[in-house]
Amino acid sequence: MDPHSAALLAKDIGAGLATIGVAGAGVGIGNLFGSFVSSVGRNPAARDAMFRDVLLGFALTEAVALYALVIALVILFAAS
Amino acid sequence: MAGPSIDALGQFSLTTGLGPIGRALNFTNSNEAMLAAAVIIVVLFAIGLKAKALVPGRIQALVEVLYEFVHRMCVDTIGEEGKRFFPLVFTIFSFILLGNLIGLFPYFFAFTSHIAVTLALALFVFVFSTGVGFYTHGFGFLKFFVPEGVPGWLLPLLIPIEIISYLSRPVSLSVRLFANMTAGHVMWEVFAGFMLLLTAGLGVFGAIASIVPLGLNVALAALELLVAGLQAYVFAILTCLYLHDAVHMH
Repeated sequence: MDPHSAALLAKDIGAGLATIGVAGAGVGIGNLFGSFVSSVGRNPAARDAMFRDVLLGFALTEAVALYALVIALVILFAAS
Repeated sequence: MAGPSIDALGQFSLTTGLGPIGRALNFTNSNEAMLAAAVIIVVLFAIGLKAKALVPGRIQALVEVLYEFVHRMCVDTIGEEGKRFFPLVFTIFSFILLGNLIGLFPYFFAFTSHIAVTLALALFVFVFSTGVGFYTHGFGFLKFFVPEGVPGWLLPLLIPIEIISYLSRPVSLSVRLFANMTAGHVMWEVFAGFMLLLTAGLGVFGAIASIVPLGLNVALAALELLVAGLQAYVFAILTCLYLHDAVHMH
């Protein structure tokens, strides 16, 4: 394999590996909403008050996944 | 590659706006969107607050809901001092919200999808909140980096960690907004590209099958509407949290 196509291949593999980080955010968001559902089951009256914090936590957790996505995009498009 | 290919990041390229005047002034389409966002907010508020009706009409109700939402967020998060920072937080919130929403329309430019813009906003918030901290507490603000109730021998380890986490605030604040907006628009572009690829590859059958990515894009539009509001909210509430730290030191 010539060096140029090997570099392209390595780039694609690297971008794919970078997206593994999204798994952690998946666990986090699942954990967040799982806890939310079980605590609403215990105390349905507090649903609205809790949901605001859940949204904040969701956005913060989702951002972690997007860091991984940014790394993948940088590998694919920005770094040459 | 033969035929159509997916150009995921081409939609974020800057061009000059406003014709020849824009070319002379380096006025980009990003600046156009920013100007549009600012003008829309001001016009919305001018119309909404003109009537001053006891029973608000639609626009006045919208304006009042926005105002009260941000005001409550400020007071709940920062405390009574939050009223002083309300104009800043409201400006940031409405500017980012309008920027995100404008970017959702086809052919419009999402200026929050550029790290330069979000980093400028985040750095302003960072420098401002640090300034508020030093203004309120003087050099006592440096005690913010010393966690309370920790054995003394841990401090050489914890103080650098606190300082690093404090300095990484503008990075996380800006990358969060930028990455969310960019990721949403890239997903749209990728699924739209699938439609072209399907039609080019499979002919009529591909054109029928491309209903699937089209439907996904419609669903994504709903998600992006949520994200646009949510990220503006998150940026504003994190601004409030940083200001809370600066005012109350814990």
